[in-house]
Amino acid sequence: MAGAGMKDIKRRIKSVESTRQITKAMELVASSKMRRAKERVERTHPQFSLLYKTISDIASRNRDLSSPYVKARKQDHACVVVIAGDRGLAGGYNSNVFKAAEALMKDLPSPIVVPIGKKAGEFYGKRSYEILDNAHISVDELGMAQIYKVADHLCRQYKAGRFDSLYVVYTTFVSALTQEPATLQIFPISAVGNPGTKKFEILYEPSAEAVFEKIVPQYVAGILNGAVAESNASEQAARRNAMESATDNADEMIEQLGLRYNRARQGAITQEITEIVAGAQAAQ
Amino acid sequence: MADFHLQIATADGLLYDGPAERVVVRTTEGDVGLLKGHIDYVAALKDVSELRLTVDEKTRIAAVSGGFVSVSKEITYISAITLEWADEIDRDRAQRAKETAEKRLQDKKQEDLDYRLAEMKLKRALNRINVADKK
Repeated sequence: MAGAGMKDIKRRIKSVESTRQITKAMELVASSKMRRAKERVERTHPQFSLLYKTISDIASRNRDLSSPYVKARKQDHACVVVIAGDRGLAGGYNSNVFKAAEALMKDLPSPIVVPIGKKAGEFYGKRSYEILDNAHISVDELGMAQIYKVADHLCRQYKAGRFDSLYVVYTTFVSALTQEPATLQIFPISAVGNPGTKKFEILYEPSAEAVFEKIVPQYVAGILNGAVAESNASEQAARRNAMESATDNADEMIEQLGLRYNRARQGAITQEITEIVAGAQAAQ
Repeated sequence: MADFHLQIATADGLLYDGPAERVVVRTTEGDVGLLKGHIDYVAALKDVSELRLTVDEKTRIAAVSGGFVSVSKEITYISAITLEWADEIDRDRAQRAKETAEKRLQDKKQEDLDYRLAEMKLKRALNRINVADKK
């Protein structure tokens, strides 16, 4: 009977070991993907800061800019781009993004959602939100060309009056151990710069408005690209951490089970000896 | 000739960061040559265009799509959606892209948006082939 216990424990150890192998492999894959994703985040920085500077320069130097992108209008609809992952098993990564999105949308007038990432698609597909565009559902397949397409589409819809403000919810990559969900308002663009810093006239060709109109879609694409890159790095980091602790837990379980196995083995031996001794005594 | 500091950025990072003697870009208003001492200037580039950068009397050509140029006293920036130097262009790939785009354009049933996208693809592919042949 003790022997049967030993068999059970042995089977448990085997199953935990094979689970550990999987979590260890996932951890390694995620950490190499994270490194690549981090590099991508760094590559997006120079262009993004340039876009941001140019946009805010134009907006702050030209207070009378008549672009629809800067004008605040009556808020009937808001649009929220939610960037999550394609897969689970990444700790709280996906649910943290959704929580941040819920908190934001609570205060917005009839929000329309643009889910990016399969998990976001599933999450909002099951709920009663209006969905603007379901075409770009996989983040892993989201290249620069697709991001420009999404940005262009969003700009058109905004100008056409489909929604009156645009937000993006994503996850910032603080460090390999910390990732925080964040929200960012894209439209209407608020003039951030200080008009007092106006030193020289800048020549805009053909006009500040025309340049602004041209740059805005690229600016939106830049924001989305940066947000997707950050989210991606965060997802990999979150998965790596989740899998690391899963591996640690498996190690601990294997150790515990090993102890129990040895105890059961010893118990079985002791019992056998007792039986033999008892048998020998009875025979005398 | 005097140099000025030029940075070229795309979503893939900085493609060029260094001195330039002259750079010619195609804005929505036409070709503009930028030299040292240009006044502060911002202009959008044409949807598909080429760029000529001269450093040390050697000129490099690149195929560009979208973007804008921003000149200030300290630094000149060019930001683009895509930018490839002539010697880095995959001509075969561009050729294939051209053929698929042409095939798509012949299909009459498509929606407006698809038509527009195919047209843009064709323009970009032709631009790349064009630039690649000039190197």
